[in-house]
Amino acid sequence: MPVEHFDAIVVGAGPSGNAAAYTMGKAGMNVLQIDRGEYPGSKNVQGAILYSDALERMIPDFRETAPLERHVVEQRFWMLDEKSHTGTHHRSDSFNEERPNRYTILRAQFDKWFAKQVRAAGVTLITETTVIELVRNAEGRVIGVLTDREGGPVHADVVVLGEGVNGLVAQRSGLRPELRPQHVALAVKETHFLPEETIRERFNLSDENEGVVIEVLGSVSSGMVGTGFLYTNRESISIGVGCLVSDFAEKQIPPYALLDRFKNHPSVRPLLKGAEMKEYVAHLIPEGGYDAIPKLTGDGWLIVGDAGQFVNAVHREGSNLAMTTGRIAGECLARLKAEGRPATEANLKVYRDALEQSFVLKDLRKYRKIPKLLKQNRQLFTTWPAVINRSMQAFLRVDGRDKRAKEAEILRGLKTARGNWLNVAADMVKVARAWR
Amino acid sequence: MTRLAREFHSVVCIKQVPDSAQIRVHPVTNTIMRQGVPTIINPYDLFALEEAMRLRDEYGGTVTVLTMGPPMAEDALRRALGLGANRAVLITDRRFAGSDTLATSFALSKALTRIGEEHPIDIVFTGKQTIDGDTAQVGPGIARRLGLNQLTYVAAIDALDRDGATITLRRRSEGGVQVLRSRLPCLITMLEDTNTLRRGTIQDMLRAARAPVTTWSAEEAGIADPMQCGLRGSPTVVKRVFAPRPRADKAEMVVVEGKTPAQTADAVLDLLFAQSPNLEAALSARFKS
Repeated sequence: MPVEHFDAIVVGAGPSGNAAAYTMGKAGMNVLQIDRGEYPGSKNVQGAILYSDALERMIPDFRETAPLERHVVEQRFWMLDEKSHTGTHHRSDSFNEERPNRYTILRAQFDKWFAKQVRAAGVTLITETTVIELVRNAEGRVIGVLTDREGGPVHADVVVLGEGVNGLVAQRSGLRPELRPQHVALAVKETHFLPEETIRERFNLSDENEGVVIEVLGSVSSGMVGTGFLYTNRESISIGVGCLVSDFAEKQIPPYALLDRFKNHPSVRPLLKGAEMKEYVAHLIPEGGYDAIPKLTGDGWLIVGDAGQFVNAVHREGSNLAMTTGRIAGECLARLKAEGRPATEANLKVYRDALEQSFVLKDLRKYRKIPKLLKQNRQLFTTWPAVINRSMQAFLRVDGRDKRAKEAEILRGLKTARGNWLNVAADMVKVARAWR
Repeated sequence: MTRLAREFHSVVCIKQVPDSAQIRVHPVTNTIMRQGVPTIINPYDLFALEEAMRLRDEYGGTVTVLTMGPPMAEDALRRALGLGANRAVLITDRRFAGSDTLATSFALSKALTRIGEEHPIDIVFTGKQTIDGDTAQVGPGIARRLGLNQLTYVAAIDALDRDGATITLRRRSEGGVQVLRSRLPCLITMLEDTNTLRRGTIQDMLRAARAPVTTWSAEEAGIADPMQCGLRGSPTVVKRVFAPRPRADKAEMVVVEGKTPAQTADAVLDLLFAQSPNLEAALSARFKS
């Protein structure tokens, strides 16, 4: 006997589940949201950058109440070798706008706030409860969930799986295959306390609301497919590194050792000087791209967020894709409900179609070839950053040699690094084609 | 509160506290950083809650949870409902801010009186103490104000005689265990590890997520005189807050060569005396006299 019947059950209280629950709650649906964490968000981990747009489309005035750290006024890209970094910066006062575009956030606080908005939208939220599996009727249609608590299943017209990267519920219910190591990155992150004024001075910021983001490529990943990052929060710095799980397994490098090396890089160490480590977290990031997206809908269920591999690894976007897929799913389900149409696989095609029309699948399709390119061209993480740093060294040092000789040395360095000019040209063409 | 209710009624006083395992001290200002630190129900209170629910399951009746705190303390009450409590009351008012144990037990005893008027109380439960204040004073303070028998540090409740309105229990005391029989109503503060907290059913969780939490202001809780509340009603003075520093001196492992225990002892003493020259003179003077 079911305990109760809801219009929809949302599994998970992360960005995607919250967006779906919020949207359906606002549309007047009777929604139950279930999260396994002690409080909503207690299990959630991200870098974390919040991209305003995706949230703003649901909660236009979120800036008034959401716990935000700093808005990003400067972005740095670094290419690292063992001793140096070469990079570019973009800093602009136009990021100091009334409605800033990107913020650093602390997810534990942000998710609590988001969950509060979801509950205010009329959604029933229960925590410390794990969904074990989906319940189906005789025809195989999903009609509810079974949890790890006593008291029987809870039924609903549709189950929205915003359960995160592992997708365990969908897996156990046979809706998707097991996650593959080459489709997922393992990221580790530390949060270091620093006084607000120190961060302001160290990163050349004008006040406690301005922030800097540093994205890092090169020796930070020790030859693996991966990147590092450093984000400024109000009174802390988030620093982390993530690489493909398959690479970690092959290289046998412990993730914390990788992060320790990054923290001790001569370009990074001074930024963390005097900081006190407050937190160490690890999380999986789905980075398989378009071709790793599992089946997204079926009779009585659909998938949103990380569970659907909705992450743009090139642009470091994930939570915005999660919120967007959650919102779109919520809108589609609310429309079906209003039209009195059941959430069958055929009717849920509107969800897939809407995703195809949105930036989510357009972007993932655009970068479809990138995951494979990176895996097959390790030189992009090893040789190229090293060559670029060496070239900069040669270019900048004043040592009595004439400039023409130096330029020749730099060019020779480029060529020998890749064997011949053909390979250099091929790298450029490959990246350009995958990017296109 | 003096007569035995027809339906057995326990009220469990709980407190929402910061999770002390995750608390941090601000390195510059030395204050406790509460922002972002998860809150939990005071762990000792959970033993009180489970004991109240166990009695309810055995003898029937109702378990009410009561807390005083900011509006967000409602989370703690909902959690208690999800564990299986029947009803929740929150007393919240700006005038309660800064309450010490005297003012807290005053406010809670007023709220208990009001709850008792509607639904007579047989047992008031609390945990033995909170993990943030660590005073163990609020339970006894409530008992004193309400004229209840005070049964602190209770390890086990052995029998409840509803007709005779008595309870038999074991209490940990210095030097042993006391077996006590008390009249009801009474106040019990429960020790840790006295029972195993249950996990609420899915129905409990659904009820907890939607059930109304009764919320009273100071006035609604029956407090006429705000002078006895909050900072004004609290004679406790906090003189200084500081973060205890770990000892600067690190322990040192010493390896000494000695065949007999006496030789080992001599070798250790030599090391000690070498580090503190005055110690040898002081000790030998003392042993001579």
